[in-house]
Amino acid sequence: MVMTPEVLTLSQTPWLFTGVMLVKIAVAFVVTLLIVAYATWAERKIIGRMQTRMGPTMTGPKGLLQPIADGLKLFFKEDIIPAQAHYFAFILAPMMILAPAFISIAVIPFGGNIHFTYDGTLYAVPMQITDLNIGVLFIMAMAGLGVYGIVLAGLASNSKYALLGGIRATAQMISYELAVGLSIIAIFMLSETLSLRGIVAAQQLPLWGIESLSFIPNWYVFCQPLAFGLFVVGSMAEINRTPFDLPEAETELVSGFCTEYSAMKYALFFMAEYANMITVSAVATTLFLGGWGGPFFGWMNFLIKVFGFMFFFIRIRATFPRLRYDQLMFLGWKIMLPLALANVVLSGIAILLW
Amino acid sequence: MAANTSETMTINMGPQHPSTHGVLQLILELDGEIVQKATPHIGFLHRGIEKLSEHRTYHQIIPLTDRLDYLAPMSNNLGYVLAVEKLLGITDEIPERVQRIRVIMTELTRLKSHLVWLACHALDIGAMTVFLYCFRERESITDIYEKVSGARMTSNYFRVGGLAEDFPAGLEGEIRTFAESIPAHVEEYEGLLTGNRIWQKRTIGVGKISAEAAIDIGITGPALRASGVDWDLRRDNPYSGYEDYSFEVPVRTGCDTFDRYKVRLDEMRQSALIVLQALDKLKPGPILADCPKVVLPDKEDVYNNIEGLIHHFKIVTEGFKPEIGEIYQGIEAPKGELGFYLVSDGTNHPFRMKIRPPSFVNLQGLPQMVEGKLLADVIAVIGTLDIVLGEIDR
Amino acid sequence: MSDQAIVEKMKTKFSSEILSVVEFRGETTVTVKKERIVDICTFMRDDLGYNLLCDLCGVDYMGKSPRFMVVYNLYNITKKQRIRVKAPVEEQNANIDTVCTVWGTANWHERECWDMMGIKFNNHPDLRRILMSADWEGHPLRKDYPVQGPDREPYQGRLS
Repeated sequence: MVMTPEVLTLSQTPWLFTGVMLVKIAVAFVVTLLIVAYATWAERKIIGRMQTRMGPTMTGPKGLLQPIADGLKLFFKEDIIPAQAHYFAFILAPMMILAPAFISIAVIPFGGNIHFTYDGTLYAVPMQITDLNIGVLFIMAMAGLGVYGIVLAGLASNSKYALLGGIRATAQMISYELAVGLSIIAIFMLSETLSLRGIVAAQQLPLWGIESLSFIPNWYVFCQPLAFGLFVVGSMAEINRTPFDLPEAETELVSGFCTEYSAMKYALFFMAEYANMITVSAVATTLFLGGWGGPFFGWMNFLIKVFGFMFFFIRIRATFPRLRYDQLMFLGWKIMLPLALANVVLSGIAILLW
Repeated sequence: MAANTSETMTINMGPQHPSTHGVLQLILELDGEIVQKATPHIGFLHRGIEKLSEHRTYHQIIPLTDRLDYLAPMSNNLGYVLAVEKLLGITDEIPERVQRIRVIMTELTRLKSHLVWLACHALDIGAMTVFLYCFRERESITDIYEKVSGARMTSNYFRVGGLAEDFPAGLEGEIRTFAESIPAHVEEYEGLLTGNRIWQKRTIGVGKISAEAAIDIGITGPALRASGVDWDLRRDNPYSGYEDYSFEVPVRTGCDTFDRYKVRLDEMRQSALIVLQALDKLKPGPILADCPKVVLPDKEDVYNNIEGLIHHFKIVTEGFKPEIGEIYQGIEAPKGELGFYLVSDGTNHPFRMKIRPPSFVNLQGLPQMVEGKLLADVIAVIGTLDIVLGEIDR
Repeated sequence: MSDQAIVEKMKTKFSSEILSVVEFRGETTVTVKKERIVDICTFMRDDLGYNLLCDLCGVDYMGKSPRFMVVYNLYNITKKQRIRVKAPVEEQNANIDTVCTVWGTANWHERECWDMMGIKFNNHPDLRRILMSADWEGHPLRKDYPVQGPDREPYQGRLS
């Protein structure tokens, strides 16, 4: 006899539910942190190889302990707050930027369900911290909150370079969030749900509902390639990766919004950058590449896709020069936004017809 | 309500800034990101080389010239020794081998300087990889430098009337291999940049300066040639035997950053060709002119021969005394016309030495090229002017 | 056009201004009076084609009169020719008219000359110190300015 697994709920098994939740949060947080740390290592190694260098080699085997050494170093460095800086906002800014980056992970599904028996009952636990029914909206909101951190950092530093970085960040984020948001709308129209779990489930069906194509999954990248492209480019701009790293353009604005930051606060910005990279990769995986679906064990597929995206971002950094401010705005408002709008309209017509 | 309440922001760019190529300070008045006014402030690296050289013998000045444009030390050496040779009137007595080696080394220096320029220019615009590729090739040139002169940057290799030392055995082959590899490497850089849409957007039409304006402001070298002025001192007022080589002078008419980039890349290809031609023509021979009053005797002579020792002693301690007179010698340094104006009062040190540094004059064009443009263009223009503060501040 | 022909042309136009013509190592140096230097330079540029001012500098002949010499190294980009024009400047009231209006490049060269030699350039648009800091006292390249600096013991080592 096959038992139907029970779903854990707060009302029926409060202690078990809380315990499982905490474990999930801890695992997701630690794994994300580890990926953040080793993303820096991987970036240095990969870019090093592309640039005829070695990357870190001295700290541990193949430099594997380098992120930890960096973390320790930054942790013990003197924390300088400029005399004229706004004290409260200056301290708040790095937290404001890091927290949303990590919070977004909460709604991303890493895999299918885990089954376990407790007290004679079979429970199913989704590999996702929480499945909000407005998951995508939540992620957009958190991404929007991340901007405040950068703007605050720019304003609070009381430095002109930081201010320029902050201004650039505001303009850039607003322009590109529009394009990114619009490109995602096409996905909702197909999946008819905002829950990320629902979106992944919809992508496990055979391609375009045709049974003879069942060996190819119905990933939305196949029916929405334009939206996928817009999303990837737009999110690259949103997380300030090259070629859109204008807010911290090192050669123009020294270090942009984080010019005045040092020690652990600086490290927080750094972590936020990589955490954002992970978030964006995870969202792109979930929305366009079928989430945890694939040949391997659920979460493995997910991680492979996320790492693929991260490799792509790193590779772009090694290849491209930086855009200019006006060119960035031009691309955002005059090319990507109309394209995203057109995509929404075309998708709507297509859905109506078929 | 006032119709226009905009205020400008004054921003101090430098002297400590990642992309001012040294200790250049720019006071920028920004309206948003648009540069209203740019005022360069220089002099942070002033070491008084002109003053010092009035108190040194002619030979003692050569190491000082290394420190002018420290990315192209041999070009400075060449400019100076040519000036002194002209002042002494021994220009025609320089042995052929010396001429060839000088050409080989200065063309390698041009490559070295252009490689650093490309590396920093690309990095300024955000292309990180080119930077390291260029430094990989530059490393080979510094190795060659080390083999001929013992130093990787401040070479101090040329002497009045000759060279400090001959090429070590086997170096010619190494230089040839390197020069032959240059076109492929330049292709590699072009592959990363020239066709890249972002690179084109960042450089085409940026920092325009017309030929008339460029001449008026005194811009020389590749920057002038990219404005359509076909003028290269190596071809037009040949020195050190440049008339023996066939090479093209790349000229483009776009007047913008992209064309300056292309001109310099073409110059790198031509420099490699010149090096190969000079290697073909390089024959064994003396490396010092036969002017015993002026030129340091051969080391062999110094150690084994009392006359040689006395000569060496006299020239090193006392130096030589050119006639009273004044000369100006300009050479085509990697960054433009490098000139040495020497006044002799008949003593063993120059009465006045004025250096005409190409970067100093080229930098004057900066405000004209960036005003009304965006902040990011300032970076691109600083890069494209290829300035070195050691030379500007002297 | 040979250097002699150019000097002849200058002589016909500014006969009373030219003090001497010297040829040394194939280079021609024309010494002119400083009063009409702008006219002479404009003539050099417009009629003789010396469109590039390669270099402008001062030379301090301390003990002689006039003490200073302002040197203009000119170049003709079309004909690839060089010529040098010099103008003596007295120690008292050391000044000369600016040639910024003739060649824009003279701007910084003249600032440097003022900074280093203390020769004033009349009508210069922006005559500030350029290499030394704004509050520097003295003009370092003058022969009476000690090489080790104004407020230090003379250098005891060997400076040949």
